[in-house]
Amino acid sequence: MMSDAPLLSVEDLTVTFGRRGQEPFRAVDGVSFQVRPGQTVGLVGESGCGKSVTSLAIMGLLPQRGNTVSGRVDFEGTNLLELSTDDMRDRRGRDIAMVFQDPLSSLNPVVPVGVQVTEVLERHRGMTRKAAMPVAADLLRRVGIPDPDRRIKDYPHQMSGGMRQRALIAIALACAPRLLIADEPTTALDVTIQAQILALLKELVEDTGTALIMITHDLGVVAGLCDEVNVLYGGRIVERGARHPLFRDPRHPYTNGLLGSIPRLDAVGERLTPIPGSVADNLPWDHACAFAPRCSQPIERCTQVTPVLEESFGRALRCHNPVEVPR
Amino acid sequence: MTDPLTSYGQSRKARIDALAATSVAESGTVEEAPGLSLIASAWQRLRRNPVFLLGAFITVAFVLLALVAPWVAPHDPAVGYLLDKVRPQSNPVPGPEPGFPLGADSRGRDLLSRLIVGARQTLIVGVFATLGGFLGGLVLGTLAGAFGGWVDSLVMRIVDVMLSIPSLLLAVSISALATRPSQWTVILAIAIVQIPVFARLLRGSMLSQRSSDHVLAARALGIKQSAIVFRHMLPNALGPVIVQATLVLAVAIIDAAALSFLGLGNPDDRKPEWGQMLGQSQQYLADYPHLAFWPAACIIVVALGFTLMGESTREALDPKSRR
Repeated sequence: MMSDAPLLSVEDLTVTFGRRGQEPFRAVDGVSFQVRPGQTVGLVGESGCGKSVTSLAIMGLLPQRGNTVSGRVDFEGTNLLELSTDDMRDRRGRDIAMVFQDPLSSLNPVVPVGVQVTEVLERHRGMTRKAAMPVAADLLRRVGIPDPDRRIKDYPHQMSGGMRQRALIAIALACAPRLLIADEPTTALDVTIQAQILALLKELVEDTGTALIMITHDLGVVAGLCDEVNVLYGGRIVERGARHPLFRDPRHPYTNGLLGSIPRLDAVGERLTPIPGSVADNLPWDHACAFAPRCSQPIERCTQVTPVLEESFGRALRCHNPVEVPR
Repeated sequence: MTDPLTSYGQSRKARIDALAATSVAESGTVEEAPGLSLIASAWQRLRRNPVFLLGAFITVAFVLLALVAPWVAPHDPAVGYLLDKVRPQSNPVPGPEPGFPLGADSRGRDLLSRLIVGARQTLIVGVFATLGGFLGGLVLGTLAGAFGGWVDSLVMRIVDVMLSIPSLLLAVSISALATRPSQWTVILAIAIVQIPVFARLLRGSMLSQRSSDHVLAARALGIKQSAIVFRHMLPNALGPVIVQATLVLAVAIIDAAALSFLGLGNPDDRKPEWGQMLGQSQQYLADYPHLAFWPAACIIVVALGFTLMGESTREALDPKSRR
């Protein structure tokens, strides 16, 4: 199912927000990664690390005014950043779709859910509303909404949170896109529903061969779903690796810290080890490591020289003083 | 020193913007008890609100009366039945007598019948003026809110200029321009005056829709701009504007009465109108105040009814006022 030619190749993506009266802010700073067909790739990091901006930049959904996007976003050989507004609009929803964080506010409150599904089919498949209705019901059934023929007439407020997220996934998958971007799809849901939605996403991705970019701050989500994980900090990728090696021996102190902040049932009595400080404490990447002020093991070099992303054996790491692999 | 006109305009603008802001949360995220929509929960509260019930009662009674006016009015409002009782020197206004409970006006026409038939004129003016203002505001507000950029700036500057002029002054100026004043010049003048109120309100809630999650989601699906504006933004933005319409109806009725009172309305007094009746009663005000009292009371009660209904609806739909 997986081939080697990448479906999506993001190269040196940089997003700069212009700020009135201040230095422009680089929200995403030279991010590069690839997604192969059928692969699930995670983008992990705290709030403000640039993961959502990355996804919006790929979709071409950032407001044009005040933002500069540079680099390349190659999707099947086309640089999406160079497409015209109309061409990009034709691709969104058809080739690349997105599932958002809050399932309630992402649905139009005054339009029945079924119509919101058929709308995409009408738009990209040229179907009539009438012809699209059974297809929409089928999609709702596939994402596990019971009694879809009745539910299709429901308004979003008549559905539960989990059901709404299922509906959103159905809408996103309506035109069988080759790439699905899920931006924290489980954050607004409670734990049991989270597990259901993740299982559903995994199943759908495996069934349809859709590639998935999973954007999350939740390493638990990543652990269960992603083939490859990119850890972002301050707009740059600080560590990348396949799921198991990355979780087994995280090399970057930030990744290590993220893993240490997760409560574990098998470590009774141990205290959690949170990462001190917040993203606001960042140093500029220009001549330092942005994470240095919060790092557990900074060395002098960290505040003087910008670390580069070094790749070896399928892992990539941006650190002067990586965590030692326990032997 | 601040220019009184400017600060007046600014306070109006601020009021309208505050109104648009209260509707943001309401239309965007509806966090409700399961299965109870915003409208349904608002209705739950309204049903037990005496202020709303009073307003609704007055409004419904007024509309019904206006609809059936020609059939309930005891006499033809244009015929001077008591004309032979009118004595210009000793008795210019005939008093009540059997069949004419409120007496007649200076031309011997039945006052009660004129009040009843006048309800119809008042309703016509109020509804059409509000409708005109609503439609004009709908077009301008949608343009400004949907496109943003220079279209927004242009439309909103025009609106700002109109808002900076007191509405009645503007209405008087517009209707004074008409060569032949009629009911329709009054309607037109009041409609134009109400356009900026609607436009600004709608633009505000369109803007909040534009940055909402579901519009972003629709854009992420490649939905066409026109469909985003008309299916995803406009229907969600209309709520506060429709509520505002009930309030504007009251203002329109009062303004229409004012224009007729000043003689800028329909000069043909065979079609009675409350403001016009009020205007004609001026010269007898000292001796026969009842001539002015009845039409004035009608105007006040009807305007109050619409205002009470509109205000309580707005409050019920405002998420901040929820308990």
